[in-house]
Amino acid sequence: MAYSEKVLDHYENPRNVGAFSKEDEGVGTGMVGAPACGDVMKLQIKVGKDGVIEDAKFKTYGCGSAIASSSLVTEWVKGKTVEQALEIKNTQIAEELALPPVKIHCSILAEDAIKAAVADYKKKHEG
Amino acid sequence: MSIDLQQDFYGLFGLHRRFRIDEAALEFAYHDLQGRVHPDRYAHLPDSEKRLSMQWATQVNEGFRTLRKPLSRATYLLELMGIDAGLHTNTAMSPAFLMEQMEWREAVEEARAAGESEELAQLHTRLRQHSREVFDELARQCDDEHDYAAAAETVRRLMFMEKLQHEIDDALEALES
Repeated sequence: MAYSEKVLDHYENPRNVGAFSKEDEGVGTGMVGAPACGDVMKLQIKVGKDGVIEDAKFKTYGCGSAIASSSLVTEWVKGKTVEQALEIKNTQIAEELALPPVKIHCSILAEDAIKAAVADYKKKHEG
Repeated sequence: MSIDLQQDFYGLFGLHRRFRIDEAALEFAYHDLQGRVHPDRYAHLPDSEKRLSMQWATQVNEGFRTLRKPLSRATYLLELMGIDAGLHTNTAMSPAFLMEQMEWREAVEEARAAGESEELAQLHTRLRQHSREVFDELARQCDDEHDYAAAAETVRRLMFMEKLQHEIDDALEALES
């Protein structure tokens, strides 16, 4: 299958690969997986005191589209508040990367990863 | 010879609706049916009957493919029980399980990069052993406890493990060539 130029760009030069310490108070970690293709995605956000996401990192084991989707969203969430980050929709990711229908689940995975990371961050800070 | 196209694959091969099946009986029933519905036997008959025999043959082949492999058999069994295994929709596996999957994949990646085929072979053996245990668990959940929601979760775990097994095989093949 032919990948779009944007997918190839993110695949060949993935942004923000890596990890933060999970114990860090400002860090939220999201782990998600897609059973149908066996892709596993870890996405972390580092949130400042003002509630704005300062940095993001990811590690994904999966196809080019899954790697590109997670790479793209780590760029998108930077500078957003956690609430704004929750507004990112898989359709926006799929559109930006021109994902074909069979790869839509990769963008769903990336959206779910952000949600999971924000949920983890909030859990640390509740109460 | 005629086949009821409405019946499910278990009915087709005369098997009980269970995860644990008699594989030899499946194989025997398959070859028996396949011989009886083969389109060559209908070559001299009118087109409508030829078409019907094609449908039967397709059904028999698809049924055999579905029931022969444990993972597709389990998914199919759950479907019959009205449970969607959520293979395309459920992304919320337990974090501990996903973390473990990440670690497995990192280990495979590192061994592949370093050309350590012995390490890969060991990972292969460990994963195979682990898979066997998880398949035993799946069999208990399906056939003894009839806990199909738990079985669906186990099927999802096994999908990841199967993918991992393929990755190890790929890595081993790449190192050998």
